[in-house]
Amino acid sequence: MTRITPDRVVGIGALVLAVIAPFIVSSYWVGALLTQMLFLGIVAASLIFLSAYGGMISLAQVAVYGIAGFVVGNATTNGNTKGLNLGWNPWWGVIAGIAIAVGVGLLFGALASRSVGIYFLMITLTYSVIANLTFGQVTDVSGFGGISGIPAPGAIGRVEAHQNRLYYVALVAAFLVYLLLRYVARTPFGLTLQGVRDDPIRMASLGYNVNLHRTIAFGFASFVASIGGVLFVWWNGHIDPASIDLGATIDVLVIAVIGGLYRLEGAWVGALFFVIVNNYSQQISFIGPRFHTLIGAIFLLIVLVSPGGLVGLWERALELASGTHKEPSDRTPIEVGPVESHV
Amino acid sequence: MAVDRPPAISNRARSLALRRRVLLVIGWTLLAILVIVPLLWVLFLAPTTGKWATAFGSAVHDPKDFLITVLNGVTAAALYFVVASGFTLIFGLMRVVNMAHGALFLFGGYVALKLQRGMVGEGGSFGLTSAQVNLTHWIIPAIVGTVVVAAMGLAMQQVFLRWNQGQELRQALITIAISIILADQMLAHFGGVAEDIAWPRNIDTFVNLRVQGILYTETRLVILGIALAIGILLWLWLKRTRTGMVIRAGVDDRAMVSALGINIQLTFAIAFAVGSALAGLGGVIGGSFASLAPGLDANWLLYSLVVVIIGGMGSLGGAAIGSLLLGLTSNFSAAYLPSTYTYYSIIFTFMLVAIILAVRPLGLFGRPA
Repeated sequence: MTRITPDRVVGIGALVLAVIAPFIVSSYWVGALLTQMLFLGIVAASLIFLSAYGGMISLAQVAVYGIAGFVVGNATTNGNTKGLNLGWNPWWGVIAGIAIAVGVGLLFGALASRSVGIYFLMITLTYSVIANLTFGQVTDVSGFGGISGIPAPGAIGRVEAHQNRLYYVALVAAFLVYLLLRYVARTPFGLTLQGVRDDPIRMASLGYNVNLHRTIAFGFASFVASIGGVLFVWWNGHIDPASIDLGATIDVLVIAVIGGLYRLEGAWVGALFFVIVNNYSQQISFIGPRFHTLIGAIFLLIVLVSPGGLVGLWERALELASGTHKEPSDRTPIEVGPVESHV
Repeated sequence: MAVDRPPAISNRARSLALRRRVLLVIGWTLLAILVIVPLLWVLFLAPTTGKWATAFGSAVHDPKDFLITVLNGVTAAALYFVVASGFTLIFGLMRVVNMAHGALFLFGGYVALKLQRGMVGEGGSFGLTSAQVNLTHWIIPAIVGTVVVAAMGLAMQQVFLRWNQGQELRQALITIAISIILADQMLAHFGGVAEDIAWPRNIDTFVNLRVQGILYTETRLVILGIALAIGILLWLWLKRTRTGMVIRAGVDDRAMVSALGINIQLTFAIAFAVGSALAGLGGVIGGSFASLAPGLDANWLLYSLVVVIIGGMGSLGGAAIGSLLLGLTSNFSAAYLPSTYTYYSIIFTFMLVAIILAVRPLGLFGRPA
């Protein structure tokens, strides 16, 4: 447990840096970039969890995150905006948002649980586009313009005035999510899920309910994604259908792939890379507003050259340094083809 | 001596079987309700007044608008079929989910739009009207748009997809990356304002169908005609020609076809070009029928996905049935929901997908890969 590995040194170093960040970088960095990195990382982590331990690459994580965000928006605003304007206490809004998002996630998961690989990718993409169109069309809960003036709880206060508070809330949430995901992966449920990922037919013949495990994993990942959605609406104060459109869906996929689809840490690495590129590319004259062309090209390059993402590059560098070689079972989900059924 | 005896059925197994039967009964009942209630509503129950008032009332009350809704559904399905048949052709043969299909659709539309404007002129502030456009001004842009997109799809397949055959998820991610770049570049070059291609003046009129005195948009019937022609041509191509035979064999067993000495790479290239061409042609028709704007690539990718999820991946007949179900569902839910709730119609698209997935995870005509 106490062995010092390069991974651990980097991890603890990153955590320490994250804790002292508000004292060493500008408040713009903390408020605009790092907080965004943390909640985007949480959503991407839910995607990576499903892909790394369940073998399911889900494009519905942003839809679930948006559902949580829209519920919070509808529940906690009080007049002056679209939606239901229920005017609840923000904490009740959080509970309702997460509960509804998990409920929808379980339904989504149950419907998609019999599919794997690209079928799963397609079905979850369908969910995502339908969620976007639904919030765009159903004016009772949002409509095209979305919901504005969503308040954070009193303890956090006005986000513009107290950027560090939301940052630390997001940091604690991200850290807890990371620990929770790691813990769940080591429980009997997590181990069974990995069995289902590697050989569903064998797991079924051993008596495990494969579809139920996939469904519960999806519901659990929805729980994680909805935490990201709550932080997003607190941070942004506003949510509209464009926050969860195809572009946003693909952004989170890009983050997960750039980070690396098989290590949870990759979520935040990818998110940091994403927000920095997003922020600074605008200042480069020949890129300017064409951020998505740039990020698309980087995404393409990563998928073509290093399917393990940035974390994969790091691991390859460590291998080269120590002269060891990785076992083939550690290949990324992208490279592993569909599971052949040996019937 | 061992005697063959039927194995004793344990109580546990019996209760599991019973539970399974109960679940099946509940499932079928739910399904029946979900199908029968909407049917009854549309045919007999939909009112024209009161809290639940619909725009037209029931089919018995207003057969004319019922027939028009059917026609709208079928003609919308025709366009879905043109686009989705290309998607399913590519998937069926190569197991490539072309996530850039929606972007190719939009690109085909924009190429035709710019060419038409180049031939005729920019038109007024709302673009060209059909009075300014003759048949040639529509057909030539349509052909060019289709061919350009076919070439683009072919290039995409040769450069990015050919060398990682079989890595399905990686290929899907590659096409997603290409769709991001394409969509962003189209936004940069063609702007963010919705524009449409003008129909030629010869067909932009109404036809008297001589049923219930319906005057119906001729362009919608033209779309239906084009889709039927494409469906028949694709069917003949797949069933009656040598290339089609190789494609069908490739769908069933790629390795065996290759081992027989057939150049499967050439077949892949042809299928990818044809599949992309259909996206491009769909874009031209869709751009004339509705409009072209950033973000519509997502809608058309959604339609293609829904059609093939319903119909089953790689099946032409499935694409036709899937398109019909999607077209009818979306048009009927928009026309027959109570007027104050019509914007909920998108939910019905989701319900359609959900019901099909719950009953047949591989789609109506899907077969295991």
